[in-house]
Amino acid sequence: MAQIFHPSTNVLANVSLVAVVVLPLGLLVGGSAISRSPWNTHVGLAKDQPAPFSHQHHAVELGIDCRYCHNSVEKSPYSNVPSTATCYTCHSQIWTNSPLLEPVRNSVATGQPLRWNQLHTVPDFVYFNHAVHVNRGLNCNVCHGPIQKEMMTYKGKPFFMAWCLNCHRNPEEYVGKREDVFSVYKKYQMDQPVVEDEAKLSDEEKKKLADTHLTPEQAALMDSGDYKRSNDEVEKGKELLSKYKVKKQQLSDCSVCHR
Amino acid sequence: MADIDYGGDGPEPLNDALITGNNNTYKSIENQITRLIFNQRTHPKSWLFVFVVGFLLLNLLMMAMTWLLYKGVGIWGINIPCAWGFDIINFVWWIGIGHAGTLISAILLLLRQQWRNSINRFAEAMTLFAVACAGIYPLFHTGRPWVAFYWLGPIGPNILGLWPQFRSPLVWDVFAVSTYASVSLLFWFVGLIPDLATLRDKTENKALKVLFGMISMGWRGSARHWERYETAYLILAGLSTPLVLSVHTIVSFDFAVGIVPGWHTTIFPPYFVAGAVYAGFAMVLTLAIPIRAWYGLKNQITMRHLDWMAKVMLTTGLIVFYGYVMEVFYGWYSGNQFEWAMILNRFKGPYAPFYWALVFCNGIAPQILWSPKLRRNLVVLFVVAQIVSIGMWLERYIIIPVSLTRDFLPSSWGYYTPSVWDLGMYAGTIGLFIVLMFLFIRFMPIINIFEMKDLLARMHHAHHAEDDHTATAPGSAHAALANAEE
Repeated sequence: MAQIFHPSTNVLANVSLVAVVVLPLGLLVGGSAISRSPWNTHVGLAKDQPAPFSHQHHAVELGIDCRYCHNSVEKSPYSNVPSTATCYTCHSQIWTNSPLLEPVRNSVATGQPLRWNQLHTVPDFVYFNHAVHVNRGLNCNVCHGPIQKEMMTYKGKPFFMAWCLNCHRNPEEYVGKREDVFSVYKKYQMDQPVVEDEAKLSDEEKKKLADTHLTPEQAALMDSGDYKRSNDEVEKGKELLSKYKVKKQQLSDCSVCHR
Repeated sequence: MADIDYGGDGPEPLNDALITGNNNTYKSIENQITRLIFNQRTHPKSWLFVFVVGFLLLNLLMMAMTWLLYKGVGIWGINIPCAWGFDIINFVWWIGIGHAGTLISAILLLLRQQWRNSINRFAEAMTLFAVACAGIYPLFHTGRPWVAFYWLGPIGPNILGLWPQFRSPLVWDVFAVSTYASVSLLFWFVGLIPDLATLRDKTENKALKVLFGMISMGWRGSARHWERYETAYLILAGLSTPLVLSVHTIVSFDFAVGIVPGWHTTIFPPYFVAGAVYAGFAMVLTLAIPIRAWYGLKNQITMRHLDWMAKVMLTTGLIVFYGYVMEVFYGWYSGNQFEWAMILNRFKGPYAPFYWALVFCNGIAPQILWSPKLRRNLVVLFVVAQIVSIGMWLERYIIIPVSLTRDFLPSSWGYYTPSVWDLGMYAGTIGLFIVLMFLFIRFMPIINIFEMKDLLARMHHAHHAEDDHTATAPGSAHAALANAEE
């Protein structure tokens, strides 16, 4: 009987044996990579917006406080996107003829709000409260990335559940002072003095430095970098937790976010 | 196959011969089985009729699943307090049906029961297809099956930052069922290899030759091949044997570990396993009785096979019925008001008709199999097999909604009614099973060709090889007979 297969097909048989092992592993690794990529998370991808609003320009160059526009962020579960009336507090006076602001003027004239394209969403089955987080000293950038640098706003963090849990399981690594939440943007605007040796400074200079100088953690936060707290800082974090009456052992219960 | 002698025009013989008739040769057996593949005209109109019914139901399944994915699990009848309904009832039902295949192929192999040879192949296929039907339910009840694999499986580090709850029997279930599916598939495929090589060698069609050549993986039937095959097959049988017991034990833990009255009992594992074998043999009979008639395979799947299968069904049915009696006894004997209320609710509650139907289907109706005369009446046997299948489905219906809708607090009582999509999905998986099974009948050897030849060799040589009966490994007899034939 003639052979059905040419001897060269043996290579295919051997390759298929290897593929049985490699393919599932490849699928697993590939799937993990895709789910973590911006294609899935949208991190770093700016969306088209009705008006090209720049956080960099308004928050840093002009020094407008976050709460001037997002005025409910400290009080409400939901951080509002401002109405165009808020834009008009300034833009009724400046750039009144700018074509870029045409949609804003239309909105004010007709009373129809602008439809901004939302970047940061959590699923319907997740409860998130802005006020709770801000009042525990969590800076905007912890979740939103280096928002003060963004010309066109983009999503700064992946919003994975693992990412939420990372903080909920170790809150002492992230919790901060209430008064530092918005003041870091002021400090960010100032020149950062180079300090050779902090021990040599006078008390007055130290106080001035504390008012103007970003701590290494804050500097990392402004840059969306990773920062690992020192033991002292973690201890301070724990003190803050007891001050805020945060019960760490309950903070990663399912029902905290899935109500 | 006009040359097969069934033993005259009288009723089919019931002796201990596992292959009946006098004119059987290797060639006739081979032809009888491969004819279903090579001569597609062999298939009767009944094949087409059942296949079309199955295909229509399969389309219903596609619709039900598409609508489910679009709308979510809200289209089903499940809601608090009965968050488990048809999805888990049908899952357990299908998984149970698969068990007969594993029992036949693994345990009966290890026990050297030669009568498994003519039924193990399609029983194993039945197992695979039943597990496929079962698997649909837990995957699709998540609503998002494309991510279910990392919800269900321990794939970490994942983007949830969570592992599955390893203390939950539902996670054990994932391991049990996926192990079961993969070992069953491997067992089935390894057993097919020598037959696929036979098909490769017999076919005249070039494309089929290449196809069978690829999937027979270079089988040449050398002594070394047989030796390795026998070892691999025994190892797989050894792996499958504990699965017969463990898979349905773990499925029963889904309930037994919960504290709901009617679930929290230690009797569940044994009676689930017995019930699985019971339902499985009912399904094997449901398939075997028409197949042997349609394809002239009565000499290979003999009355003796059917008789023994009926006896296995009767035995496991009695174990299951004992389980029901014990549930009632311990409901009373426990002195626990919730347990007793659960029993009374089964007797007299809103689902009472289902309970009494269950007692009839699983407890009373199969008792007619005690009568040898009725047991050998194929119409009666077929009808009893259907009743048992219904009964085993009712058993899961009684366990799940009846307990969930009557737990400890009257304020949380409710009533479970399946929606039309529940029914559609159930009918749909039956359609999927039929379609897969009937395609299998048409394109794969439904009876193990080489094991039947081996069996024939043993039967021929049994009377003058009495002193050689310790050499029971099929390969050795096979090799001896191949030489004898030359």
